[in-house]
Amino acid sequence: MEHKENKTAVSMTVNGKHIQAEVLPETRLLDVLREELHLLGTKEGCSIGECGACTVLMNGRTVNACMVLAGSADGAEIMTIEGVCGPEGELHPIQQAFIDAGAVHCGFCTPGMIISTLSLLMKNPQPKDDQIQEALSGNLCRCTGYHQIFKAVRLASERMHRKE
Amino acid sequence: MQGTYVGKNCLRVDGYEKVTGKAVFSADFRMERQLYAKSVYAPKPHIRITAVNIEKALRIPGVAAVATSKNVPGANEMFGRFPAFADQEAKYTGDVIAVAAAETREAAEAAARAVEVEYEELEGLWSLDAAMQEGVSAVHPDVPDNEIEYTYFPLRKGDAEAGFLQSDTVMERSYFVGWQEQAYIEPESVVVSPASFHHGYDVYGCIQNPYTIRQNVASVMGLHQSEIRVVLTAVGGSFGGKDESVMNMAARCAVLAKMTGRPVRMDLTREESFRESSKRHPFRMNYRMGLAQDGTIKALQTKLTCQGGAYNNKAQFSNWRAVVHTAGPYRIENITADVHAKYTNTIYGGAYRGFSGPQVVFASETMVDEAAAELGMNPKDFRLHNVLREGDTIACGQLLKEGIIAAPLQKMIQELCGMADFDAKWNSFKEHNAQSKYLKKGIGLAVTYRGAGLGGEGVDCSSAMITICRDGSVQLFSGHTEMGQGMRTVHSQIAAEALGIDIKRIAFKHSDTSVTLDAGPTVASRGTQSGGRAVLHAALKLKDELLRGGEKKTGIPKEQLDVAGDSLVKQGGEVLCSFDDLVGYCVFPLGLNLSAQGWYSPGLSHIDPETQQGDCYQTYTNGVIITEITVDESTGKITVEKITIGYELGTAVNPDIAYGQLVGALAQGLGYALFEELEERNGELLSANFDEYLIPTTLDMPEVDFHLYGSENPEGPYGAKGIGELGIELIAPSIGNALYHAVGRRLRELPFNLERVKIGKALTR
Ligand code: FES
Ligand code: FES
Repeated sequence: MEHKENKTAVSMTVNGKHIQAEVLPETRLLDVLREELHLLGTKEGCSIGECGACTVLMNGRTVNACMVLAGSADGAEIMTIEGVCGPEGELHPIQQAFIDAGAVHCGFCTPGMIISTLSLLMKNPQPKDDQIQEALSGNLCRCTGYHQIFKAVRLASERMHRKE
Repeated sequence: MQGTYVGKNCLRVDGYEKVTGKAVFSADFRMERQLYAKSVYAPKPHIRITAVNIEKALRIPGVAAVATSKNVPGANEMFGRFPAFADQEAKYTGDVIAVAAAETREAAEAAARAVEVEYEELEGLWSLDAAMQEGVSAVHPDVPDNEIEYTYFPLRKGDAEAGFLQSDTVMERSYFVGWQEQAYIEPESVVVSPASFHHGYDVYGCIQNPYTIRQNVASVMGLHQSEIRVVLTAVGGSFGGKDESVMNMAARCAVLAKMTGRPVRMDLTREESFRESSKRHPFRMNYRMGLAQDGTIKALQTKLTCQGGAYNNKAQFSNWRAVVHTAGPYRIENITADVHAKYTNTIYGGAYRGFSGPQVVFASETMVDEAAAELGMNPKDFRLHNVLREGDTIACGQLLKEGIIAAPLQKMIQELCGMADFDAKWNSFKEHNAQSKYLKKGIGLAVTYRGAGLGGEGVDCSSAMITICRDGSVQLFSGHTEMGQGMRTVHSQIAAEALGIDIKRIAFKHSDTSVTLDAGPTVASRGTQSGGRAVLHAALKLKDELLRGGEKKTGIPKEQLDVAGDSLVKQGGEVLCSFDDLVGYCVFPLGLNLSAQGWYSPGLSHIDPETQQGDCYQTYTNGVIITEITVDESTGKITVEKITIGYELGTAVNPDIAYGQLVGALAQGLGYALFEELEERNGELLSANFDEYLIPTTLDMPEVDFHLYGSENPEGPYGAKGIGELGIELIAPSIGNALYHAVGRRLRELPFNLERVKIGKALTR
């Protein structure tokens, strides 16, 4: 139902683009991304902050977009999986590593996993195994058993390090 | 075998879409003018419905329609007794009485809340143990004893009573396992639209078995199967689960699509998914084992009872698998086994990875460990003494013979126990535990063999289609579905290998029942083993046609030609022309048909229904696990430290994908063993999301030392066997066996959560 009277305007930068949206008090950041901006790469798996399928970067930190009210993202900088590729659509080394390591099965957790990996490697370019496990502990994957995902993170870290 | 593609770690053909967020899952699939649907669930798990009033719901702004059983144009009941809409009675918490469709999600939710259901509460059968009592109420009035139809199977081999008389020791044990949630990260979602070009309806969604959905939606709509088209979106995991729930959803949305003339979508919340979707079946498993003093198993008697739930369309298949596997991979001459299934007023069981395998393997591998302990034998030696070997016949009488059905377990147990240092740790952990107050270490072993494919559960036929386009690019269609298991990649590898072309030429096409051929469900680890045979069949037919064209083009007899390395070659390797040129010539001037259907059917299997003796499965896969744990006796917490595991699976068409399947299954088995538990009270589910129902995270995964064993499988494509499920079976019993080694406590129920480990029984909230 439309409650026009309750709507407020929010603005944010999403994947480098400035956007504005009219939102209800209960509208979540996830709804703005998926329903207003049609950025469908961010997934919804549980809606209660447990599965991590909706992970995005907000001002450089990972958040569960299902748990963030759109109003509180006003003025924020958001990055979603659609913003991870290069300007010509070329794969980020993390994305390539996920493919190469066989870390993608059904792919539903993958956007969230990649965002969490990006956040980890920005802070800690050469993480130890237990740091990888810790950094991805909020992202559930039912398909892989995680080992190929750990391998992908190590591979991405090595390749990004070699490049520098 | 090692080929150009078979046996190689080709990268997933659908990786790019999935890492960029471009893959379209069901919730991402949008249609113009779509309506949102919301279900009205049974207000209590078992009720007589006296009135349903939709007036208020219809008055909510934005509501387009509210459907109940009155609006069903065809049959309200689907396969397995599932009602499209519950009318007189709701038999479990997930029954749906009405569905509202509206312009927005919010309006649909408001309308669903506004539907008034008047009812009387009824007594219910809330558990398997209750259903096993005499004289209880009937879930379905025409089934007074609650025995689910066609689910009783006896297995008879030798003379069990004589075997018990010859035994020095007879042991009896009872094991129980409860429901397991599939917990795919993508909840169910479907969109149903009036068909665009013809009479009928199009169904889109995350669907495991499109032909089953087509059949049931057609019957609910009173239409022919040809009038229903089912198209898959990307599927975010399924494991057997996206079947009954999506069937029900699609049928309900189709009714609303007819009422409104518009596309109707339904996206389940996680809580709704828990409520409506199929689970792993609970089992009560009573074992009686007769043993000779030298450690030989002389006789086995088992009685297995499965909890089906309020409705059932799978227990008739999973029970058969259960009884055939009840004896485990041991040479036991005398076996009597019986399996039953019961209706209850609860959530229902369906297909979940492993089907009934994880349940019976938990029981049989714990039983075997208990038998070793009873006789004072090392569990490894006891297994080596009894395990199946070349020349033996298995429980259903099939002969193990090199080159037909491999018998690698003896060797695997020896080698893997060597790698894991089993004997040394068996002793050193005991010494450690004598010194340590709270932290105890244990090592446990478990062994399995698993019938690959459908076997006697159904007809294991598969379909495929390959079309070569004029420019030499190739379209591949399969009657099976991709759910994340890697089937598209494996099928592409098989096609490229057989055609002798570059795999990059192949585009794997979508599953669409208006295009692909009905090959039954994608279940029972048969995508590669049986589906791959159909791909191979199509590819070889096409190749033959290409060589016919090659003969015309070059004048060289086709027996002396081959397609290899993306070219037409002469025997000996001389390149005659490129694949593109060969295709071009076949198209013009020859006008050959460069499209082929592949079909595979193993034919009739011969199984005696009174004894289950016969060729139950085409082949078997094998596995051995050694698990090391630490138990904190002060809290009851088990930490799995290391797993050494070996699987025999014929040819691994893509070893990386095989590894991913087996480790992924291992993680699901780890959750089943340690903490996955669906709590219920009087038919209501108390665990409904990932805050209450815990599945393994990155922090739970142990180190895995992984080994693949090859073998010959003349039945599989390039010797491959089906492996999607094998990985889930072994871990629970191996942890239980390690726990016994560590603390001397034997747990006969899953999961091994804190309270069971610490005080030996479950606590309820
Ligand atoms: S959907 Fe946000 S954490 Fe699961
Ligand atoms: S790949 Fe399916 S949930 Fe992770």
